[in-house]
Amino acid sequence: MAHGKSLWATAAVLAAGAAVVARRVKARPADPATGDRWLTVTINLGPEEIRPGELPSPLREYGDRIETRIRPAPGDRGTELAVRPRGAVPDSAHSVRARLSGDDPRQDLRRALREAKALLEAGEVLRPDAPPTTHDTPGGKLVGLLGRRAGGEGVL
Amino acid sequence: MKALCWEGVNKLSVEEVPDPVLRNDQDVIVRLVAGTTCGSDLHLIGGYIPFMRSGDVIGHEFLGEVVETGAAVRRHKVGDRVVVSSFVGCGRCWYCAHDLWSLCDNTNTNPGIGQALFGADTGGIFGYSHAMGGLRGSHAEYVRVPFADYGAFPVPEGVDDTSALFVSDSVPTGWMGADLAGVRPGDVVAVWGCGAVGQMAARAAILLGAERVISIDRIPERLEMTERHIGSEVIDYTATDVGAELRERTGGRGPDVCIEAVGMEAHSDSPVHVYDQVKQQLRLQTDRPTAVRQAIHACRKGGTVFVLGVFAGAVDKFPLGAVINKGLTVKGAQQHGQRYIPMLLDRLAAGELSTSHLATHTVPLDEAPRAYGMFKDKKDGCVRAVIRPGG
Repeated sequence: MAHGKSLWATAAVLAAGAAVVARRVKARPADPATGDRWLTVTINLGPEEIRPGELPSPLREYGDRIETRIRPAPGDRGTELAVRPRGAVPDSAHSVRARLSGDDPRQDLRRALREAKALLEAGEVLRPDAPPTTHDTPGGKLVGLLGRRAGGEGVL
Repeated sequence: MKALCWEGVNKLSVEEVPDPVLRNDQDVIVRLVAGTTCGSDLHLIGGYIPFMRSGDVIGHEFLGEVVETGAAVRRHKVGDRVVVSSFVGCGRCWYCAHDLWSLCDNTNTNPGIGQALFGADTGGIFGYSHAMGGLRGSHAEYVRVPFADYGAFPVPEGVDDTSALFVSDSVPTGWMGADLAGVRPGDVVAVWGCGAVGQMAARAAILLGAERVISIDRIPERLEMTERHIGSEVIDYTATDVGAELRERTGGRGPDVCIEAVGMEAHSDSPVHVYDQVKQQLRLQTDRPTAVRQAIHACRKGGTVFVLGVFAGAVDKFPLGAVINKGLTVKGAQQHGQRYIPMLLDRLAAGELSTSHLATHTVPLDEAPRAYGMFKDKKDGCVRAVIRPGG
């Protein structure tokens, strides 16, 4: 029974992986001519506290390669910080293969955006414990892969 | 150091793992004094929570002594005796700022998995899978506590370790259920489950002014404990029709507030239980929502149902018709510990809360796998096994 459950657990992880691919395929911009869509986070600070020229290093390192948009969130929800690559990005950059291999540029940009939010709000980016495990299994490696991809692009 | 590791479905063992180190400036390292088994651990031990890795250290409800502090820690020093919230909150995102700590934006080191599973990331929790943050658990000699200024709380003198231990998770979880369900003076409250969380939800309902509190379970020792230590009425669901019993005890109305403290592996003596078991084992549904269904059916028109039990995904035969046609409010949450822990420690110190009776067994870390077996099978009257790495 335990072995059966293990197989089901692995199947569940694989199903989640399939969902990754499906979601990412759906996530392509409808009109490449308009460029990549904005990637957005909401930061629990006032708009006056977030200056485009003084963003934390993960985003600052992008320099002129990204556009930045800052606007108040509705109600008391803080400030929306949005970024996107400047100029057109070829469709192939967002292919399923690129996404699974972690080469889609949106993934790094999303990660940088998340980290910028954490730095602005909490002062640090929480680092996972290390090492992640003392011994690994195929199922564990798959979970590890999903974990490494998880920070990119907002959804798996 | 030694730690209790998940090695696969229904396999636990005590292993040597590297000592934790400060990974962020707002971390502290805590030497474990005591941790406890939690019913929600059984879900991940049994393979119902995906995203576990062989070798993961489990455990999330604990108390210990600060032995090392990060450079940015302001509220703790070496030697402090602290109880730690099971959920980690950064303290400054919108959710933490609004006392919704288990929804923290900045403490899940695997953001994105939650997006796929739930539509949004949750906050991180110690030792509860890589979907819920991937943080190492607390059944170990030492544990790293991130954002410790917000999640670790000094234990007042006069409150013993065992009593304070449960303020890490089960007491605030139970309190939150009664509080966020809006229990008011005069209410009749029914609580499904007489484990630690259910007992604490019942006690919270009493302290919040409920006129009557009725707890439901099937384990004689737990029913007796709830009656004696909590002051709640009880119903043994194997001996009566719970719906009919609740209806008659409430003048035909049904309870004003129904709190479910059972979770995804609910038991029942009805044929529906077999149906749910088969579907869950085939992974056609992830959870067995027996108690949730019963709570929705039993609740009075216009009442509130609060789901405290842990659920992972999708359920079948959810009585949405009853929710709509009876005008119910259905709520749920993982615990917002930081919101309640200081108040709960004060109540413990004042003698308004009692938790030490929950600790039916105490074992050293080496015996933790056996303790979880006893806890899972509810043998020897086990309600909670306290694990003391120091013996």
